[in-house]
Amino acid sequence: MAHTQDEVLSGLAEIVNEIAGIPQEDVELDKSFTDDLDVDSLSMVEVVVAAEERFDVKIPDDEVKNLKTVGDAVNYILTNAA
Amino acid sequence: MTTENRTVVVTGIGAFTPLGGDAASTWEGLLAGRSGVRALEEDWAADLPVRIAARSAVEPAEVLPRPLLRKLDRSAQFALIAAREAWADAGYEQPATDEASPLDPERLGSVIASGIGGVTTLLDQYDVLREKGARKVSPHTVPMLMPNSPSANVGIEVGAQAGVHTPVSACASGAEAIGYAIEMIRTGRADVVVAGGTEAAIHPLPVAAFASMMAMSKRNDEPLRASRPYDKARDGFVLGEGAGVVVLESAEHAAKRGARVYCEAVGQGLSSDAHHIAQPEPTGSGVARALAQLFEHTDLDKAAVVHVNAHATSTPQGDVAEIKALRKELGEHLDHVAISATKSMTGHLLGGAGGVETVATVLALHHRQAPPTINVEDLDDEVDADIVRFEPRELPQGRIAALNNSFGFGGHNVVLAFRTV
Repeated sequence: MAHTQDEVLSGLAEIVNEIAGIPQEDVELDKSFTDDLDVDSLSMVEVVVAAEERFDVKIPDDEVKNLKTVGDAVNYILTNAA
Repeated sequence: MTTENRTVVVTGIGAFTPLGGDAASTWEGLLAGRSGVRALEEDWAADLPVRIAARSAVEPAEVLPRPLLRKLDRSAQFALIAAREAWADAGYEQPATDEASPLDPERLGSVIASGIGGVTTLLDQYDVLREKGARKVSPHTVPMLMPNSPSANVGIEVGAQAGVHTPVSACASGAEAIGYAIEMIRTGRADVVVAGGTEAAIHPLPVAAFASMMAMSKRNDEPLRASRPYDKARDGFVLGEGAGVVVLESAEHAAKRGARVYCEAVGQGLSSDAHHIAQPEPTGSGVARALAQLFEHTDLDKAAVVHVNAHATSTPQGDVAEIKALRKELGEHLDHVAISATKSMTGHLLGGAGGVETVATVLALHHRQAPPTINVEDLDDEVDADIVRFEPRELPQGRIAALNNSFGFGGHNVVLAFRTV
């Protein structure tokens, strides 16, 4: 089932809130996971695994380094989700 | 580096124990003679021969934010909470790495020990691997399960750059950490060290494993009466969990900043049994050698020792061997020593024991009160010493000293000495 951008963004916001404790409203498309959202490289793995499950998408390890902002992740998920 | 011989003092204390979520409530529980032992109500305990333990009085989730809980093993959670308390209690308001800090981070260390490390993380993540697959194993698993994790996390928290260490010696680990920290300051490697012990091993595997060694009390129907050091009917230790942490500081450094000083950390005595991997040497000769070493290498006067926080875990052999060693080394002075076995109330915190019991020893000197040993209804005839029973005992005025004993599987013997200033 195709997701809308808003659905993916709000889903990611819930995941980032659960893992890093950042308020959901602060998780915006232009925010950097590392610099703005207190998601370090280990916690990013948690975010990726949770997103894979939630959006039924595979995010290969090689791809994770390209997901610098929330917008990068949203676009990847919209493009590649089943 | 020249080897110095500097005086070390205690300027901060913190505890997270089965009796309370901080040092004050723990101390109150000890003086009241309250047992922290409870029945294990979890489903997993139903089929185990041992179904009692001393859980922490407060859940870390009530204190720490969720993102931190996800990244820290329970043992590191305990250590961090106790270390924060000790750090603030010592009068420090920020990490040493903060620009506003008056403390040089390169002169600050962290030495927090654990006997077993992140065992619940290891076992829980193995369950995840088997049930959900490799992809679901937490990326925090390794930094959570490594035994140096509590020390490293506390070191990051306070900004310690002089060294972060983790001695491991089973149930002597916490005391060995504090001894190591005393040496770091005494010899000039650091001015301030955050030191202590932590343990979180209440999980079916460690419980089953200790039970299968016949090391634990099976008094499942009477949890409050299960930990009973020195009593004739004692039948093993009760597993506890928690952490105790102190801030140690060179006396000069503490004086310069006008810090409140609880007492002096005089030094340590160390030895090993070379006897058996899990049995205490029955005559207490190894413990006696640790005591002898303490008196040989410090200026501590035997006559000044008025209180011992004993290792006394409530096992048939160990409790008596320790008393024999104290009698051998202290001789008739032992008649004037008030001995407390606080494990009768907290249970045995393994690597956390030396930390929590150091906090108790420091407070005993500070308040000049020795906590009671509960459940000694019928004192073992072989215990030829003055056990504080039923209620707290007032300690004498003047410059007095107290010992904290900790011994571990493997034959590790650690004696720490503290003295009023």
